[in-house]
Amino acid sequence: MASILVQFLNGLAAASTLFLIATGLSLIFGVTRIVNFAHGSLYMLGIYVAYSAVNAFQPAGPLGFWGGMLVAALAVGALGALIEILILRRIYQAPELFQLLATFALVLIIKDFALWVWGAEDLLGPRAVGLDGAVSIAGRRFPEYDLFLIAVGPLVLGLLWLLLHRTRWGTLVRAATQDREMVGALGVNQKLLFTSVFALGAFLAGLGGALEVPREPAQLFLDLSAISDAFVIVVVGGMGSIPGAFLAALIIGEVKAFCIGIGNVEILGVVVSFSKLTLVIEFVVMAVVLVVRPWGLLGRPQAIQRAAPSHIEPPLRPASRGLVAGAVVLGVALLALPAYGTAYNVVLMIDILVFALFAASLHFLMGPAGMVSFGHAAYFGLGAYGAGLLLLRAGFPMEAALVAAPFVAALGAALFGWFCVRLSGVYLAMLTLAFAQIGWSIVFQWDSFTGGSNGMVGIWPAAWLSAKPTYYVLTLLLCAAGLLAMRRIVYAPFGYALRAGRDSPLRCDAIGIDLQRIQWAAFTLAGAFAGLAGAIYAFSKGSVSPEVMAISRSVDGLVMVLLGGVQTLSGPAVGAAAFTWLQDTIARNTEYWQSLLGLTILVIVLAFPRGIVGFLAWRFGRAEEIE
Amino acid sequence: MTADAPILELSGVHAYYGRAHILSDVSFTVRRGEVAVLLGRNGAGKTTTLKTIIGLVPAVKGEIKFSGQRIDGLPPYRIAASGLGYVPEDRRIFTDLTVAENLDVGRQPPREGVPSWTLEKLFALFPNLAEMRNRPGGRTSGGEQQMLTIARTLMGNPSCILLDEPSEGLAPVIVDQMAVAIKELKAEGLSVLLSEQNLHFATAVADRAYIIEKGHIRFGGTIAELSANEEVRNAYLAV
Repeated sequence: MASILVQFLNGLAAASTLFLIATGLSLIFGVTRIVNFAHGSLYMLGIYVAYSAVNAFQPAGPLGFWGGMLVAALAVGALGALIEILILRRIYQAPELFQLLATFALVLIIKDFALWVWGAEDLLGPRAVGLDGAVSIAGRRFPEYDLFLIAVGPLVLGLLWLLLHRTRWGTLVRAATQDREMVGALGVNQKLLFTSVFALGAFLAGLGGALEVPREPAQLFLDLSAISDAFVIVVVGGMGSIPGAFLAALIIGEVKAFCIGIGNVEILGVVVSFSKLTLVIEFVVMAVVLVVRPWGLLGRPQAIQRAAPSHIEPPLRPASRGLVAGAVVLGVALLALPAYGTAYNVVLMIDILVFALFAASLHFLMGPAGMVSFGHAAYFGLGAYGAGLLLLRAGFPMEAALVAAPFVAALGAALFGWFCVRLSGVYLAMLTLAFAQIGWSIVFQWDSFTGGSNGMVGIWPAAWLSAKPTYYVLTLLLCAAGLLAMRRIVYAPFGYALRAGRDSPLRCDAIGIDLQRIQWAAFTLAGAFAGLAGAIYAFSKGSVSPEVMAISRSVDGLVMVLLGGVQTLSGPAVGAAAFTWLQDTIARNTEYWQSLLGLTILVIVLAFPRGIVGFLAWRFGRAEEIE
Repeated sequence: MTADAPILELSGVHAYYGRAHILSDVSFTVRRGEVAVLLGRNGAGKTTTLKTIIGLVPAVKGEIKFSGQRIDGLPPYRIAASGLGYVPEDRRIFTDLTVAENLDVGRQPPREGVPSWTLEKLFALFPNLAEMRNRPGGRTSGGEQQMLTIARTLMGNPSCILLDEPSEGLAPVIVDQMAVAIKELKAEGLSVLLSEQNLHFATAVADRAYIIEKGHIRFGGTIAELSANEEVRNAYLAV
């Protein structure tokens, strides 16, 4: 009984931090309509800055300690304002995907910045001055500091409520959440409003981080784990609802605390480790909520945004004779590569082909199907791990493992996709990211089955394929087949239905197309092709590690598609080739490849806020008005 | 400043939606203290004209002057804050905010030489609103929302307001109240530009009329001149 009470209190303490992160994310989205993927990074930065500030001010006594925390939160808030002014303000009119990518670029940059300033070691801050003791609760010791944290959540909720309902600023924020264009037409300068909301959201994330200093060491992976927690909470609670975020934070905090508290339990002779299930249990909660209430516990269906830029996708045209002839020539030249290229060329080309297939499968989802996925690496990874596990654990022959692995990925895509196709736009992007993060943490934590953080080695192709040139030819044939198959599907009636659904879900419904089912099929198909790419990749490297399904791989895919252009079918392959070659050339020369990539994304997004193709149309076509 | 000095002047304005050319060479004037009406059928360009004036649709060519200053190219909030009020056709009430909060969003500092509005004064003009000040905006009737959206714009103490089809979809008794309200605004010294399809309503409240058709201004003159000109009415307004 006493242990249940202590678990309950632990859950409440965790919920406070989760609420601080999620509520800022929700506020920012409500007003600016931007999903700030860098929100977890601001939280992480809060921990690091507070660690430094508290250590620097500690000699000044309790005031130094608590003042240091406040300074850290304020600094993160100021950084938020700066980010809004320098970057986001320029891209409010840009396509949604560009906004998401820009904040993603910030994730990469902030991570490398933290690595550069604080190093890769975990940093544990000092204990809270004045609250470093423990109290006795039902015979158990419970930290005073955690009691303090429990009080912080409701306190912040109350203050936010007062701010939003008792001040003119709050009235304006709530009005802008509903119809920001009208707020502007009534004479309100939205720039100030947006900057202040972003600063407040960043401050709350920074505060959430600073308050963790006495409990948790500063670590570099906290950004992504925090953002996926925050996404789950916002989806569960309802986007834009602050009480919803509070409720969801309580539920997730409690569920996780009890999972950790239960520990290992023997069920029907099998030992189940509940403490390792924390991320999966989050997923289960979210799945249940999405089935019962697709807009979250206290959320409302997303209204059609008034000021949303309307992008009309140009119709796709079948390949011209010239293009077909070019593709044949290219195919022959590639097939003959082992005859004239170096061994290194062949290895690099295998990578390029694999990523061309991966990027094309993501493009299939984003372009024709209109579903932006931020977690496509999950299916690449499932293919790679599927191949490895079938070969090493199930004893499949290599050929059978290679054939079966895409089905493993398709199964995963079918499972996740069932939830995903119920959402659209940013909700969908968040959900795909959360699923990918869950998949990653499963392979990362399940040492006995997937090899944990070390991954698995010895995943080599069969003897007759072991020579690199031979394996290269197989790769070329499989990837070309995959690319052609996807192209064929886009021009089939199924592809027409998909594109119709992307352009107008309502009219699609009205003519009797079951859009959700079609999108689900497309999601599964895209997952299968990504899985094929992953399986080929695993056998070409001889090993798999959790990195194959990490978020950075998903971002790589997005950048490839973006580089090539979302509006073209051959774009992803070109983008993948350019990206892989660049990465190979640059990454060998710097430790900070990630932030370089982030900067590149930012430049692309800021220089071409309408997209590269949109930029060309704007520059060389007639002045097109984007309302 | 003379009484019939222009407060709002459009000259040679062109506007687009995407590639569709909506307004071509639109020129007209609203004089200080008068009620001008922009008449035309559905899709003629009335709403686009008002949206272009307030800056929600960019004027690609031409000039728009308000109180003698160029306003084309400015962001909507700057135009609104300079004393030009905008009341949208679809009302755009903040449904989650109470009636009083909706009014608070529109609040701007008082302006010299322009009537200043307080909640009490607005509630005198629109008595229905007073009883529901704490009700969410989404839980009011169409007529009440039309009153609220005008009151919300008046909270900005404008010297001129743009009213987009204020009589649309309202019960006849509410339309009559609306006409009374517009005349009271004129009596307060406000200039008004309204767009209308309802010729009867327009004749009751306006001093001057312009007719727009397919994005072109086809007629400009006083209401009396329009009433006398049956040919123009039949060509551009008859259904």
